Amino acid sequence: MTGFDIIINNLPVLTVVIPLIAGFLTTITGWIDRRLCWYWVMLTMFIVVLITSSNLLTVINSGTIYYHLGGWKPPFGIEYVIDLLNGFVCIIIAFIGLMVAIYSKESVKKELPGKTIPFYSIFLLLITGLMGMTITGDIFNFYVFLEISSLTAYALIAMGDRGDGLVASFNYLIMGTVAASFILLGIGYLYAVTGTLNMADMQNILPDIYGSKVVLAALAFFMAGFSIKIGLFPLHAWLPDAYTHAPSTASALIAGLMTKVGVYAMIRFMFSVFTPAFVIDITRMTEILTWAAALAIIMGSVFAIAQSDIKRMLAYSSISQIGYILLGVGLVNVIGMQGGLLHILNHAFMKCALFLVAGAIFYRTGIRNIHQFQGLGKKMPVTTIVFLIAALSMIGVPGTVGFTSKWYLALGSIEAGQWIFVLVILVSSLLNIVYFWRIFDNIWFGNPHEKEHIKRDEAPLTMLVPMVILAFLCIFFGFFAYYPLHYILEPLSNTLLGIMP
Amino acid sequence: MTGIMDIVYAEYNYWIYVALMMIGFYAMIAKKNLVKKVIGANIFQSAIFLFYISLSDITGGTAPIIVHGEHAAEVIYTNPVPHVLILTAIVVAVSTTAVALALIIRIYDEYGSLDEDVILAARRNLQPEFSEYARQKEVDS
Repeated sequence: MTGFDIIINNLPVLTVVIPLIAGFLTTITGWIDRRLCWYWVMLTMFIVVLITSSNLLTVINSGTIYYHLGGWKPPFGIEYVIDLLNGFVCIIIAFIGLMVAIYSKESVKKELPGKTIPFYSIFLLLITGLMGMTITGDIFNFYVFLEISSLTAYALIAMGDRGDGLVASFNYLIMGTVAASFILLGIGYLYAVTGTLNMADMQNILPDIYGSKVVLAALAFFMAGFSIKIGLFPLHAWLPDAYTHAPSTASALIAGLMTKVGVYAMIRFMFSVFTPAFVIDITRMTEILTWAAALAIIMGSVFAIAQSDIKRMLAYSSISQIGYILLGVGLVNVIGMQGGLLHILNHAFMKCALFLVAGAIFYRTGIRNIHQFQGLGKKMPVTTIVFLIAALSMIGVPGTVGFTSKWYLALGSIEAGQWIFVLVILVSSLLNIVYFWRIFDNIWFGNPHEKEHIKRDEAPLTMLVPMVILAFLCIFFGFFAYYPLHYILEPLSNTLLGIMP
Repeated sequence: MTGIMDIVYAEYNYWIYVALMMIGFYAMIAKKNLVKKVIGANIFQSAIFLFYISLSDITGGTAPIIVHGEHAAEVIYTNPVPHVLILTAIVVAVSTTAVALALIIRIYDEYGSLDEDVILAARRNLQPEFSEYARQKEVDS
């Protein structure tokens, strides 16, 4: 076997191992020359993007990949399973990671002087944690990666605004610890009744003991834990502060990825650890979830209108967008599920682009209050156009990717006979227009105080490139949503719901 | 007829774990002092560790090291897997505590207090966007 074969055979584990090792090597890279860190992280993320793409293509062409760590057979050893769902989520993580890495150069230099090396090191460790959570097929391994990603996120948030960042990070830490402990407890309960930690094995054993109260308690613990982690409406208290006070780059990364991976985990536990029959019919968990999601959609948008700090507004809008994803998943029909899963992709692109724009505006002007945005349309035309596109996509204007997913969600709601959710989606879109319009109004139509002296002062190129790419993708997938839907999401939704196509 | 004490006694290890967990959870929510919150988190996590460990035990079981000799077939072993899991979970808990304490040190440097109310009040007074917004209103009118 040649070296190349060895690499090809071990691609699944390399998605986790490469950022992990590179994360530690960042310290050495930074020790040689601080400026090398950026290139190093970009290189790593680029390799990870290639590997995850290759994994996803393999899955599409030849089915699920099973990788046994150290050659130990599944019920005993740790297994990495890549199917369409986590192949899809992995590539989003890698791609957003790459975009944020490109963007980070100037932003980190300005916002975190002297902390470049630890920032990049933690950046890669966060990617490791998220990748591991996504790719693993073993629930205890999942818990460990969950904690890796949480701990690194606490550290990234604490690097933010003096004082506020620390308190936000501490609150997140307390909430996150409760969530992770609940999940650990749920894992313990399931282990107690099944005697296995492997997800696939567990799914085979569980149906016989669905009457057991222990299994019900485990499901309740998982749901409570994940709801805190993804910031579902009544449990969202940590989220706005954490997103607002983190450094710009970290906000974009955490807002774009952390909650999405949490939602992924929720879907994985509901449909691949428990069975669809259990969450849909026996416990009616999905029904509860749709109502919670509907509440989150409306309340998130309402709170967003009340904010004057752009990052805080985007954070509340995140809460509402998480609601869309869960609504789609909770509708438990193929169309709604496709809409929800497509919204994972959308939200990662849109929210990441919006936070990057907020970071770029803060970089150039030091302003985060939207009432002071007057005249920005002339000062930073490209940045503001990216903002416009991403915001239109979030509102769901036809021609952007947001429209496609909201369309599918609405169709799914109709198919489920729940007209009220169509109304919820409509009202929330209108509320989205309200809070984004205030910003558009200030950017393009507001009267700046000194009218004649606005010079064009665009963000640096390394910041513009990722923002433009993300905005382009928002439009691209608006017209070509067929590809992810047909090749990935439709077969995936069928498999998750246990429907034979 | 079984009294309530019999039920408690039969599975007393679980009752202890639940009681400890609630104490920890209460401390995390209700205590104003940040260090006490972290202590609460530690109690919470330790309760879960106890749950796992008591889960793995079997009455009369011994350490899972294979015994050779004539009585080998009669030996009952306890389950080693939860112990191993908990070793990992302890490492995670220690790291969480370390991060939390590091944050607390920095928060103390910044605000000079560990009391949640004092910190909250200090943050309210320093709220930059609020004062800027008020100033903006004045400029507009």
